[in-house]
Amino acid sequence: MDDYDNIIIGAGHNGLICATYLAQKGHSVLLLESSSHVGGLAATREFHPGYKVSVAHSLSHFSETVASELNLSAHGFNPSGETLETIGLNLQGTPVVLSGDQISGVSTDDAEKYSEYLAVLKRFAKVLKPFWLKTMPRIGHNTVSDLMTFGHLGLNLRMLGKKDMGEFMRVATLPARDLMDENFDNDLLKAVLSWDGLVGSKMAPRSPNATVLNMLYRMSGKDHGAHSLPEGGIESLINALKMAAVSAGVEIQTNAAVSRIIVDGDENGLKATGVELADGRKISAIRVISSADPKRTFLNLVGAKNLEIEFTNRINRLRCDGYVAKLHLALSDLPMFTGVEKPCGRMIIAPEMDAIEFAFDHAKYGEYSDSPVMEILLPSVKDSTLAPKGCHVLSAHVMYIPHSLKTGWTDHAKEALYQTLVQTLERYAPGITKHIVHGELMTPADLEQTFNVTGGHWHHTELAMDQMLMMRPTYEAGQYSSPVKGLYLCGAGSHPGGGLMGGPGHNAAKEILRAEKKR
Amino acid sequence: MMNSQTESSDPFAGERLKESPFHPRQAALNLRNAWSSWNGYKFADYYYDEEYEYFCVRNSCATYDICPMQKYIISGVDAEAMLDRMVTRDITKLKENRVTYVCWCTDEGRLIDDGTIFKLGTDKFLLTCGSPSLAWLRKSAFGFNQMKIEDASDTIAGLSFQGPTTCEVLKRMGLEGIDQLKPFCIAHFSFAGSEDKPLMVSRTGFTGDLGYELWINPSLALSFWDALYAAGEDYGIQPYGEAATNMARLEAGFIMPGMEFNEALKTIHYHYDQTPFELSLDWLVDFKKPHFNGRTALMSARDTGSEYTLIKLDIEGNKPAEESFLYADEGCIKEIGYVTSAMWSPVVKANIALAMVKTEAIKDSIWAEIYYTKELRHHSKVAKCKVQSKPFWAPDRARATPPAAF
Repeated sequence: MDDYDNIIIGAGHNGLICATYLAQKGHSVLLLESSSHVGGLAATREFHPGYKVSVAHSLSHFSETVASELNLSAHGFNPSGETLETIGLNLQGTPVVLSGDQISGVSTDDAEKYSEYLAVLKRFAKVLKPFWLKTMPRIGHNTVSDLMTFGHLGLNLRMLGKKDMGEFMRVATLPARDLMDENFDNDLLKAVLSWDGLVGSKMAPRSPNATVLNMLYRMSGKDHGAHSLPEGGIESLINALKMAAVSAGVEIQTNAAVSRIIVDGDENGLKATGVELADGRKISAIRVISSADPKRTFLNLVGAKNLEIEFTNRINRLRCDGYVAKLHLALSDLPMFTGVEKPCGRMIIAPEMDAIEFAFDHAKYGEYSDSPVMEILLPSVKDSTLAPKGCHVLSAHVMYIPHSLKTGWTDHAKEALYQTLVQTLERYAPGITKHIVHGELMTPADLEQTFNVTGGHWHHTELAMDQMLMMRPTYEAGQYSSPVKGLYLCGAGSHPGGGLMGGPGHNAAKEILRAEKKR
Repeated sequence: MMNSQTESSDPFAGERLKESPFHPRQAALNLRNAWSSWNGYKFADYYYDEEYEYFCVRNSCATYDICPMQKYIISGVDAEAMLDRMVTRDITKLKENRVTYVCWCTDEGRLIDDGTIFKLGTDKFLLTCGSPSLAWLRKSAFGFNQMKIEDASDTIAGLSFQGPTTCEVLKRMGLEGIDQLKPFCIAHFSFAGSEDKPLMVSRTGFTGDLGYELWINPSLALSFWDALYAAGEDYGIQPYGEAATNMARLEAGFIMPGMEFNEALKTIHYHYDQTPFELSLDWLVDFKKPHFNGRTALMSARDTGSEYTLIKLDIEGNKPAEESFLYADEGCIKEIGYVTSAMWSPVVKANIALAMVKTEAIKDSIWAEIYYTKELRHHSKVAKCKVQSKPFWAPDRARATPPAAF
């Protein structure tokens, strides 16, 4: 008799979501988390006494379906009605400000073009939206549901009409640079609009690949990709997910690091039968579901000896190096940014497209640029509980900072980067330096260490064409099941990918329930 | 390398064929200069006459240079687990100083290659195979950290010594107890006064007859050759080449890459490679083993059944059915397969062939459309084929221990 129906490894948002769906269907679920708290990269932590922040600092595409199906509002999650402005900081003059469909700081031409551009992208995003929450068809297995998914996608594309469909096919893998140059004149606007297609990936404006698809993925959110902060911040979402899980009957154990997935074999082949914890405890289950990244899951927890040779090598070749560092500053006062009345939006330091491209050039060779680009948020402006009274927290995603710095991430290298970042901020927010009470810089290597994410990658593995959809993380593991019977994936390394979205957790649970019904 | 004719000024230095450690002796005996190549080595098709060499293998004794064969030493605590996951057979059961025939497949269960594994010690194995396999071995070794792979292809000299009088010759060479060595067993012997037993002998081969494979350090290759040929002089010892090997192995029913199977990693067209089941190697696939590469795919291939199966044919007449199409009817209307290797077998006095035939058609009549040439004129005939289940040539003497004295 197994101890549980399901053991889920990792209590990030996808682990919590998958657990809740299964528990709601009467499954017993044990959710194991290696750290002392749930939430993964979205967990809110105190990084300096009195100052709190989460690595993921805003919402752009959290699934409305998941929120309503898990009744998260009953557990205190209230998505904000208003979105955050996206502000392209400009030392030379007026910033570019995007607020929903509104735009300012650009020419009339660009402003008109922006409405058209947004309208087209919204139509494209609508076509793809249903598929982020669907299991992708398994290549070569022409089951009815697989064919239906293909058919549905084809039909949706066809329904776009000839012109839009052609345009979709054309731009889907276009470099951001080309898309922007075709549409706009203002270079700052181009940089700001590219940002959401690039951040979190190893892609720059001139990289052909999945930039546009990444944008469309984020545009699947309720505000078409505009960012927002729920009431009570990111913490309220994680708390709601935790409450939903607990009330559905999920048993959560924190400080419970899994050291391996137990795989047993007999003449019927191999089967995952449970997990062994770092403290030596063994727990059995009908199935083990991992929200850890694919490399960690397969190479560290399952082990190559239990996998097939080509599959193992495909997993090993997954591109998992993160290129986003995280800067957290505890500030004694609200900083003021040049040209910005109140820093309540999402501010981007990327004065032109080339600034992003050049920052990337360094990272390609294991270095970082002296002029990194970044996205800045002061979450304490909306949520005063994150800092002591009158004080503030600055949270910044910094690109492109390589996971594997050529010279190694020594204390000296980190300090040098930290100083570069503070100096950059000082130029945009004069006087900010003197308000810094404490600073924390997390390189991708630090994110890997702290959150057990290979490469410190936001999406666990690069969200690129060859690692998307039914190829995510790789074929044979693209439908949440894996080559090892009883082992499933539910993390960002599975379709549709990472970010605070919830798709992998939702899809994995549906897939597991479907497989159970079939038996 | 010991390339006598290459000099540093040679603009084709890197392109010249390597010479095996036995080359000086073999070159002297290669009266017809019939060289081809194998894995970059200069390699004899035949030395004097392929049929003569074949008869030496069947009636006395002969040597075949297996230096070009690929040899890998896989050692370390994880070596056994790594190999056991790679090949379809259970090698955890393999005892020390024993050899086993194995094959290995892709994740999709398609045959990559076959070969032999020698268990040299608790954590030390020698894998021999026809094609370079280091890339696949390295892929297979990923995740097994306590082991290493050494390509010993150029550092172990090998000579296959085959034929009914081989044991006698080795006895005369002073290999004490060689007559007690059982098939697929390994023994070590001193040589040239050396006490550290540099000569390894395995009772293995590719002829289906009594025979041994002799393994030695390349530096001792020539003196070893001389000693062997001195002991074998009265037994008509003779080197044999690829052509005679191909005849002998076909009689024994052994498969060849490029003939019976297309190595999966070199196959471009979908399913132009084979599963072990198609090649009638079912006995090599051990489903009692919970895991090995390609297991899931092979399980479903086994349950589905193979479209084609490799079978042995005894064909009427004496015209070899080389490259023949096979039909279900004498009128050659319904095509059911093709011949992969064929010959007139002198030793069994039969017209034999290996053939890939649609599995469903095997139990019914099979006809071969044979094309042959008689003094420049082309002829064709249709010959009835009989399926044979046992190897064409499998004499008791191949397995007898001790082998008969001569």
